[in-house]
Amino acid sequence: MQTTNDSVPSSRRVFLGNTARLALSAGAVALLGGKDLLAQTMGGPMAADVGILNVALGLEYEGINAYQLGIKSGLLQPQVVVVATKFQDDHKGHRDALIATIVKMDGRPVAEKSLDEYAKALKADTLKSQDDVLDLAVRLELGATNAYLGVIPAFKDPQLAKIVGRLAADEAMHYAVLLGALGRPLPADSLPFGA
Amino acid sequence: MNRALVLLQVAVIGPALLVAAQAWSADAVRGKELYEARCGACHSIEDNRVGPAHKGVVGRKAGTAPDYDYSPAVKASTIVWNVDTLDRWLTDPERTIPGQKMGYSVPQEQDRSDIIAYLVKVSAHP
Repeated sequence: MQTTNDSVPSSRRVFLGNTARLALSAGAVALLGGKDLLAQTMGGPMAADVGILNVALGLEYEGINAYQLGIKSGLLQPQVVVVATKFQDDHKGHRDALIATIVKMDGRPVAEKSLDEYAKALKADTLKSQDDVLDLAVRLELGATNAYLGVIPAFKDPQLAKIVGRLAADEAMHYAVLLGALGRPLPADSLPFGA
Repeated sequence: MNRALVLLQVAVIGPALLVAAQAWSADAVRGKELYEARCGACHSIEDNRVGPAHKGVVGRKAGTAPDYDYSPAVKASTIVWNVDTLDRWLTDPERTIPGQKMGYSVPQEQDRSDIIAYLVKVSAHP
């Protein structure tokens, strides 16, 4: 069943509207700004690090397409579409930064799959309401946060580890906002990510 | 459940998957939660995503999930996934198969055991 706009409490509408106006893409912009210097100081090919960055790129592709599936589903209220588009833009910024970094490391970025392939893998046909879409987004953002934190120790180059830490921070921010949109509480315990 | 006991069960009981899945059911519940929180960004049981699908992973040769684009290193590996090899993989993927692309490890032994118990369970009952 599709949730109607009128069913959303006014506090949540205000919350979502305010969220969309916040500077949520700043991380992607700053990431791109620091990339050139990073690449210049990195030296030759670092295959292992490139491999991890390509996994991160795969996650970003999936995130972009997951939001696309939500945006075009017709299930989201207009103000939620605004937030979803903003988060999708963040992931596009991550994607662009990762591709540029991989290329400058003499690596080959993995290719994006088709929207239909992401739809199948994410079981988009099971999404029947706005909350279903947001729940999927919450799970993906949490998973990405944990994945990014989990690969940090594997990087040979600490500057790449820092970049992935910044990606994780963006995903954690998305996660927290989406929890609020769903009316769910924040994690009860401290240190909820990357355990 | 510690790893030694897990290995003993598999070795002694024989056809391991079904029996082991039953013996590990309690830990597999926690393993499912861990799987979703830690592995779920890249993996699912049914579908290839960023990482390969895990349906039937226990007992399968590395690099053979249908239609998944593996790294050359994993494709060339002769490892067959079982409790021991999965534990080694989750402890240190790069040491287990140099040149792999996962990069993510599970440092805590109990967490690995529970995740593996879940994978055994879904492999026995896909």
